[in-house]
Amino acid sequence: MKTHSELTSPMVPLPYRLCEISEEIPSCMTLRVEPESEEFFQPWMPGQFFMIYVFGHGEVPVSTSGNPEKQGQLTFTVMSVGSVTQAICRLTPGDSIGLRGPFGSVWPLDKLEGRDIIVMAGGLGLAPLRPVLYHLLSHGDAYGDIRLLYGTRQPDKIVFSDEVLQWHQDKTIDVEVTVDNAGRDWTGKVGVITDLLKDISLNTSNTSVLICGPEVMMRFSAYALLDLGVAASNIFVSMERNMKCAVKTCGRCQYGPYFICHDGPVFSFDRVRHLFKVREL
Amino acid sequence: MVSIKSIHNLIAENAFFEKMSSTHLETLAGCGKLAHFKEGEFLVREGDCANAFYLIRSGKVAIECHVPASGEVSIARIGAGDITGYSWLFPPYRNNFDSRALTDVSAVVLDGRCLRGKTEQDHELGYQLMKRFAQVMLDRLQATRRQMLDVYTYDGTPDENSF
Repeated sequence: MKTHSELTSPMVPLPYRLCEISEEIPSCMTLRVEPESEEFFQPWMPGQFFMIYVFGHGEVPVSTSGNPEKQGQLTFTVMSVGSVTQAICRLTPGDSIGLRGPFGSVWPLDKLEGRDIIVMAGGLGLAPLRPVLYHLLSHGDAYGDIRLLYGTRQPDKIVFSDEVLQWHQDKTIDVEVTVDNAGRDWTGKVGVITDLLKDISLNTSNTSVLICGPEVMMRFSAYALLDLGVAASNIFVSMERNMKCAVKTCGRCQYGPYFICHDGPVFSFDRVRHLFKVREL
Repeated sequence: MVSIKSIHNLIAENAFFEKMSSTHLETLAGCGKLAHFKEGEFLVREGDCANAFYLIRSGKVAIECHVPASGEVSIARIGAGDITGYSWLFPPYRNNFDSRALTDVSAVVLDGRCLRGKTEQDHELGYQLMKRFAQVMLDRLQATRRQMLDVYTYDGTPDENSF
């Protein structure tokens, strides 16, 4: 199998076709795409992202949100927040798009075997962590206790809600969900995501935490974990910045000494902890 | 019939009262009683006099506020081991939110009027209680401020695939 760089310039998108698109929550779609030709398929790992090119509109970075065991297809979950993402959300099956990638660092799952894992996701931050959860579900024996802590705004804003419910019911992983506010029909928890940590008995020396969500949520979550005694090197965050080239050239995603497209998006917290204190970085 | 001794034990077992002297625990127990609430029943109603706080032994409780056009909005949920009710500490001693049992709830109810009198006589007891309530209130205040940030609502640069 040839890599993107072997097939063509990393700046040239490869043609993919949209197979399926469905609404997760309002303004948020999950799409499954396949390469126009098998030789274009690019293997990927949880945590990585692709640049999705919508012809006539532009290009955006999107993390993979599908099952890494199903490498023949690619899944992305996209929130409509601008012209390109709106165009993505309006695509219909059969439409062509361009893909560049995969790019960036991965969640270090191979190094976490034998350890307890906490996956902390906020809002649409569950999407880049969903491949991690699929992996953990498939290889549960290789890990200790596995937990998903998920926070979002309201019950109707829970992405992948059917799967989250299924995981909770199956008890294959310990799932806790909290929302910022809710009506009486919500029987779950209400409060911030860090409240969920209070109910957990942590073996801090043997626990690794993978966090993805809004930056302020990741910051407060990481601080709460540090207070509980989890080492910064055992906390991993997925950073988000606007990217353009995705190949460490344009500098658009520069984050202190790092290029998020190349050195990230996944970082251990000890590498970026000092940068979280820099305003507007 | 539940004795003061058993309420003393229930209070002593709660982390909120950790390291409190036995004398103070006895004083608190003297102002406490057990209570049970059926699912849907209110522990506290907004606007009512705040003359108690609650140590939840089992069950879940929603802290709610009625919002016109939105109905009852839950702003927090608490469960076993949690404490709810601070308004008994400060004038005008009036509850600001509803507390409603989401499931059957067992609680120790501590009489605020009784405790206000006791703490006026024993300032060390007052300090020990205030120190603990201040920590709980700080935690709740910080959590509430984070909720107010509404961090899950996208406000970044358009066309960034944000979270």
